[in-house]
Amino acid sequence: MTYIAKPSLHHPSLERNSVGFTRRDYEGRISTLCAGCGHDSISASIIQACFEIDLEPHRLAKFSGIGCSSKTPDYFVGPAHGFNAVHGRMPSVLTGANIAAKDLIYLGVSGDGDSASIGLGQFCHAVRRGVNMTYICENNGVYGLTKGQFSATSDKGSKAKKGAENKDSAIDLVMLALQLGATYVGRSFSGDKHQLVPLIKGALSHKGTSFIDVISPCVAFNNHVGSTKSFDYVREHNEAVNRMDVITPRAPITADYKAGELKEVVQHDGSILRLRKLEDDYDATDRNAALGYLARKASEGEIVTGLLYVDPDASDLHDGLNTVSCQLNKLTDQELIPSLSALEKINDSLR
Amino acid sequence: MQPTDIRQPDYFHKVVDCQWACPAHTPVPEYIRLIAAQRYADAYMINWKSNVFPGILGRTCDRPCEPACRRGRVEDEPVAICRLKRVAADNKGEVAHMMPPKAVKKNGKRVACIGAGPASLTVARDLLPLGYEVHIYDGEAKGGGMIRTQIPRFRLPESVIDEEVNYILAYEPVTHFGKRVDSLKAVLAEGYDAIFVGTGAPRGRDLDLPGQKEAGANVHIGIDWLSSVSFEHVDKIGKRVIVLGGGNTAMDCCRTSRRLGGEDVKVVVRSGFDEMKASPWEKEDAQHEGIPILNFLNPKEFTHKNGKLTGVLFTKMGWVEKDGKRKLEPTGEPDVHLECDDVLMAVGQENSFPWIERDIGMEFNKWNMPVVDEATFQSSIPNVFFGGDSAFGPKNIIWAVAHGHDAAVSIDLFLTGQDVKQRPPPGVSMMSTKMGIHEWSYDNDVSLDLRYKVPMVENEVALRNVKVEVEKGFDPLLGYKEAQRCLNCDVQTVFAGPICIECDACVDICPMDCITFTENGEETELRERLNAPALNLTQDIYVGDGLKTGRIMAKDEDVCLHCGLCAERCPTGAWDMQQFYLEMTHAGCGGNPPQRTRAPKPVAAE
Ligand SMILES: Cc1cc2nc3c(=O)[nH]c(=O)nc-3n(C[C@H](O)[C@H](O)[C@H](O)COP(=O)(O)OP(=O)(O)OC[C@H]3O[C@@H](n4cnc5c(N)ncnc54)[C@H](O)[C@@H]3O)c2cc1C
Ligand SMILES: Cc1ncc(C[n+]2csc(CCOP(=O)(O)OP(=O)(O)O)c2C)c(N)n1
Ligand code: SF4
Ligand code: SF4
Ligand code: SF4
Ligand SMILES: [Mg+2]
Repeated sequence: MTYIAKPSLHHPSLERNSVGFTRRDYEGRISTLCAGCGHDSISASIIQACFEIDLEPHRLAKFSGIGCSSKTPDYFVGPAHGFNAVHGRMPSVLTGANIAAKDLIYLGVSGDGDSASIGLGQFCHAVRRGVNMTYICENNGVYGLTKGQFSATSDKGSKAKKGAENKDSAIDLVMLALQLGATYVGRSFSGDKHQLVPLIKGALSHKGTSFIDVISPCVAFNNHVGSTKSFDYVREHNEAVNRMDVITPRAPITADYKAGELKEVVQHDGSILRLRKLEDDYDATDRNAALGYLARKASEGEIVTGLLYVDPDASDLHDGLNTVSCQLNKLTDQELIPSLSALEKINDSLR
Repeated sequence: MQPTDIRQPDYFHKVVDCQWACPAHTPVPEYIRLIAAQRYADAYMINWKSNVFPGILGRTCDRPCEPACRRGRVEDEPVAICRLKRVAADNKGEVAHMMPPKAVKKNGKRVACIGAGPASLTVARDLLPLGYEVHIYDGEAKGGGMIRTQIPRFRLPESVIDEEVNYILAYEPVTHFGKRVDSLKAVLAEGYDAIFVGTGAPRGRDLDLPGQKEAGANVHIGIDWLSSVSFEHVDKIGKRVIVLGGGNTAMDCCRTSRRLGGEDVKVVVRSGFDEMKASPWEKEDAQHEGIPILNFLNPKEFTHKNGKLTGVLFTKMGWVEKDGKRKLEPTGEPDVHLECDDVLMAVGQENSFPWIERDIGMEFNKWNMPVVDEATFQSSIPNVFFGGDSAFGPKNIIWAVAHGHDAAVSIDLFLTGQDVKQRPPPGVSMMSTKMGIHEWSYDNDVSLDLRYKVPMVENEVALRNVKVEVEKGFDPLLGYKEAQRCLNCDVQTVFAGPICIECDACVDICPMDCITFTENGEETELRERLNAPALNLTQDIYVGDGLKTGRIMAKDEDVCLHCGLCAERCPTGAWDMQQFYLEMTHAGCGGNPPQRTRAPKPVAAE
């Protein structure tokens, strides 16, 4: 960590977005994580993404659990709403908030320990309910905050800093999310902002559950030779299936590509996901094919990244519950308390 | 792009914008830090070594460093570098014991300096401690040159001039003051081993307009009039004064007039306000004293009645576009007549060498100026050197000092049988400032304060007496605050590619978006695709290689705050903040660059 605050001075060419903010306005407090931690790069990507989609900071609600990763919402979009839940319980707190105030943009930030160990049940249920949120797992294969124990996403055979080998099978949260019905699923790497920023932008504009697994090396406990979550290992085994640009509804559309090269997916809010294939036989709109492809590549030791699945016409938890269009926390006594005559009607029906 | 060779002294020297822009290459950030640490004497000595006249320059320097200062590119205004120098001078206490000792043994060589302005005095200061016998000639009774005769006392008290000239006279040169040299042939005949000509640009330009003969008693040449004021031969002027000209001399003339009884004082300039030669702060100070500046008026005639000046007639001027070039031309509007009692002409200065015989073998160019080498300051007579305003026309004090240093180097090389063309390289050192995980031996927390204004004496008091110094200078507290605005540009970001793991931590933390990891490319194209476009072509791109992915690290030096956050966030120490110290090599080092003279700072053990 650093003692001094990041100076507010900025580059003379720093731009403002359409809602009047610079990228620097989306920063938070200075990070207290270890120098070089992958999580800080993910925060920088979230900052960039929020700036680029012209998000008004007060429309964002950030949730997290416990862990180095879960500390990061303090380090981006300072003026947003935030809630730091107990270990592994972020999904239910987020779900509750989303039920009450559905008009906010929900962002859950968690770690592999927080999501795949103590919070695995919470993770599964939030995904299968289709809570309208972006869920980012900052995945370093260890419990960073408690000094580097293997987490449940650590690959079998991966080595700890002092040489111990992980004997347990890894949980792949991407596969789980796909099986449980997430409607926007991606994987990326903290060291590749060109890939990560558009993925976050697409997720924030997606209606339904978006899940992004971001491999994020822990420089203190899991960045050595023998680890499968180190900068070097991930760079070597990273296999991107596609590259994506996100075109927000406000931005002018410029087409400068050859037909057939690109696939465009129009999302619920009008944003366009423009996908450029890198892997010929990969179709990001076919859930079952994605599952098969991922299983195959995982057995080959490759880390598949990119936008892995998207259903642009997804529904969410509120659709399922058929809630009223008004945000629940805005309903007044008048709508909530039945009138005397209505009460009498009910009573009559029971007589 | 090729990876940057940071061992080339120029590379990091250019990053220290102020030092690079200073003709004498004063190590500015080092002395500013010493001021913040209240080590005024040490700060003074760094200056004294480089620029010889810190107290004088801290009040009068043309400050080419300030327009160059990086701070001016990251917020509104540069650091008040010049006025900080004065803080060091005002608070330094005793410093004579810190100066080099007098030569114990003479080396048997005799050098004559003609003129006792800053150029000659610098030559004398550099050569005397080496054992040279230096003779200084000047027509005036005291040393200092135009510093003493021209610069008005309200900007520069005489006590400051005395003090700093005396530091040099303490080395006991042989002074021949009050003695004008009227023949170079005669001086050559005295058998000096070398002669330095530092006679300045002493002639004020005359306009010679109709009516000048008749009204002459009230039409004065600015620099002559100013020296008469300095010598107290003149102590008043008419109530209505017109100053012709738009340079710094004009500003001194008008402000002096306000102090000698001028009530309605105007500056009239041929060009527009922005094209005026005077420094922005000089114009501002004049206006602050209630002096209007009238633009686009070209003097045509002095009007007079009964042999007395009544005013000046002006042609109205304006910019016209001609063949794509902007030219000043009469607009054809009716002439303007402005009434006045006195006119001061401040329309330029010239060199004049009537005392140099043309038959002694010295080569003159087509402007009738001696041919002088720009690097060695040697004339076509090998043992005669020039410097200051006499070499290439009127400049300023700090240039005169820089010339003096260079000429002294040449004289020393020449008289020790070496090649004057082999210039000694500067002395350079690099030292890590790391003290702990996020502790540095400099204060890396960037101050957000805006430039502080120097407190001034109120007009009512200042305008009553030409000897009242109008600027009060920063007090120590203001000096500290202003010093904290300095970005420590000499503390360099030094990158070691082979130990970088490309985690992006530095990229993410950098407040100025200076750093990019990317594919290498050709410079113009690379500059455009950095995280923030690098459009200031005067500033270099630092390219580091040796990265595992084969990419390069490209850092735009332009607006780096030297805050050290990149190094604080780097997990492997691939970034380090290292202090770059560059000192010019003065005479007597025989090609050996100087050793660091400042007190070394503690460095934490690895
Ligand atoms: C009104 C005015 C204000 C100025 N204000 C500033 C300012 O604020 N800041 C700044 O940096 N610069 C200022 N300058 C410019 C600055 O004074 C000069 O650039 C500088 O002094 C030049 O130094 P020098 O050593 O070359 O010569 P000078 O300072 O001109 O000294 C030359 C000396 O040589 C002597 N001399 C000349 N001929 C002979 C001879 N034949 N025999 C013997 N002696 C001789 C002269 O008497 C004089 O003392 C100002 C100039 C003027 C005119
Ligand atoms: C209920 C509870 N159990 C255990 C802990 C101890 N604990 C703190 S953080 C953490 C693991 C965090 O791992 P992860 O989510 O991967 O975050 P990282 O630090 O790796 O980013 C654990 C087990 C706790 N704080 N609370
Ligand atoms: S322990 Fe690991 S995860 Fe936690 S801040 Fe340090 S590098 Fe990041
Ligand atoms: S900020 Fe300081 S070191 Fe940098 S150019 Fe300005 S005065 Fe010099
Ligand atoms: S010192 Fe480093 S972090 Fe600070 S502005 Fe310069 S490059 Fe950026
Ligand atoms: Mg973890």
